[in-house]
Amino acid sequence: MKAYHLALLAAVIASPAAAQDEHVVLKDGAGKEAVERNCSVCHSLDYIPMNSKFLDRAKWDATIKKMSGPYGAGIDPDDAKEILNYLAANYAG
Amino acid sequence: MTTTPRAGIDRRRFLARAGAATASAVIAGPTLRSALADSAVPLTPGTPDGLASVARLEALPGKKPLIKLSYRPPNYETPLEYFNDVLTPNDAFFVRYHLANIPEVSAAEWRLKIAGDAVERPAEYDLAALKNGFEQVELVAVCQCSGNRRGLSVPHVQGVEWGYGAMGNARWRGVRLKDVLAKSGVKKEALEVWLNGAETPIVDKTPDFVKSLPVWKALDENTIIAFEMNGQPLPHYNGFPARLIVAGWTGTYWTKHITNVDVNTKSLTNFWMAAAYRVPTGKFPLVDHFVSQENAASTPITEMVVNSVMTNVRDGQRIKSGKPATVKGIAWDGGYGIQVVEVSTDAGKSWRPATLGQDLGRFSFRPWSYSFTPPKPGTYPVMAKATNRIGASQTFVLNFNPAGYHNNVVQLVNLVAA
Repeated sequence: MKAYHLALLAAVIASPAAAQDEHVVLKDGAGKEAVERNCSVCHSLDYIPMNSKFLDRAKWDATIKKMSGPYGAGIDPDDAKEILNYLAANYAG
Repeated sequence: MTTTPRAGIDRRRFLARAGAATASAVIAGPTLRSALADSAVPLTPGTPDGLASVARLEALPGKKPLIKLSYRPPNYETPLEYFNDVLTPNDAFFVRYHLANIPEVSAAEWRLKIAGDAVERPAEYDLAALKNGFEQVELVAVCQCSGNRRGLSVPHVQGVEWGYGAMGNARWRGVRLKDVLAKSGVKKEALEVWLNGAETPIVDKTPDFVKSLPVWKALDENTIIAFEMNGQPLPHYNGFPARLIVAGWTGTYWTKHITNVDVNTKSLTNFWMAAAYRVPTGKFPLVDHFVSQENAASTPITEMVVNSVMTNVRDGQRIKSGKPATVKGIAWDGGYGIQVVEVSTDAGKSWRPATLGQDLGRFSFRPWSYSFTPPKPGTYPVMAKATNRIGASQTFVLNFNPAGYHNNVVQLVNLVAA
């Protein structure tokens, strides 16, 4: 795990009030934990249902790459695969 | 707010705590809030289906309940009924952020720094020095998110899925940026003015939200550093204690909690200029060009396209046959001013001019109204179309672009007379 991931987690822990105010429920499914662990560092998870269901697997893949690359999230490749499979199974059109 | 990894904390414990925090956030929600029916949220027809499962009417501190699209960063849309008034109340004004570290800036500690390689004399101002050091001006202007109505794109495109309400109109009070820059001496080689606000990313590698303007637009007399909105200090969520007003241009340039203005001889090439907030070159009939940022494929978004919305009627609303009905709305554009709003009650076959209301200036919403008497029972498909003073009108077919910008498709609302 890279140093900045720890920084992210610190940010999540540092603002429990904000976290508790986020009432977002994602569908149950394989990979949900990887989604919560990675995506919720920078943004609330409502972004996922909001962008459904009109993205296909390829567009979700592009989204993950955009978050990992230009947006600087640096998602672990194994996690990225899990996230993609989860989003394609649950939030793709 | 900076977050530094703390040495000595065991990674496994860290992960477990983070996981627990996330899980509680995810699980605690519905048990508390499921009573809020999604149907109570006034979503704009045509937005993605998935939006209904997460949109809520919720109030941020200091705000009325607005349509919550995302909690973090906070993106909250103004419900349509607030646009029945020409000025949007501060506590109902939409909220839009890219980055989630949003400090509560204290007025006493806030500073504005003027710097860059194209100023003769860098300067720093506190709020009092800014207010007292320059002529204060007032301006009514529309602040509209570039992505307003993104949720209505066909096909849908990714992003914050705004309906009609990622916009507002306010009377801003502040000082002209050109006056502040003149005091620092702008060199003739100046190309762009870079703008930064106090909010920062969660992750250091996320590009900070720094934007730039061409020097000519920064020096426009209608580009101001505002510290008041509708006679009050700016709300925290709209940029307290000071934000930039770039009258006519979309909200992306209206830097909130503004802290840095750098006049530079170089183009800003970060993600937010080079990749985001761009439209296909030549796609829209716009006048303003940001030449130093333009290429053959794409160009930065600039002024708002002419647009209108009906504010007092909803699709399927009942009216009385044989009795007058009044449709109200607003129209606006990128600062040329509204020439005419035409209304059709027969799906666009025939048009008649609406009555224009109070004129608060060419950058403001222009209210309008139109009364008609449905002669017999039936469905009346009502449309409104604004034209500005340079002859640009709204479109009937979406001018599709990948980011969902500049959606000014003529709205259709069916009124049912009985």
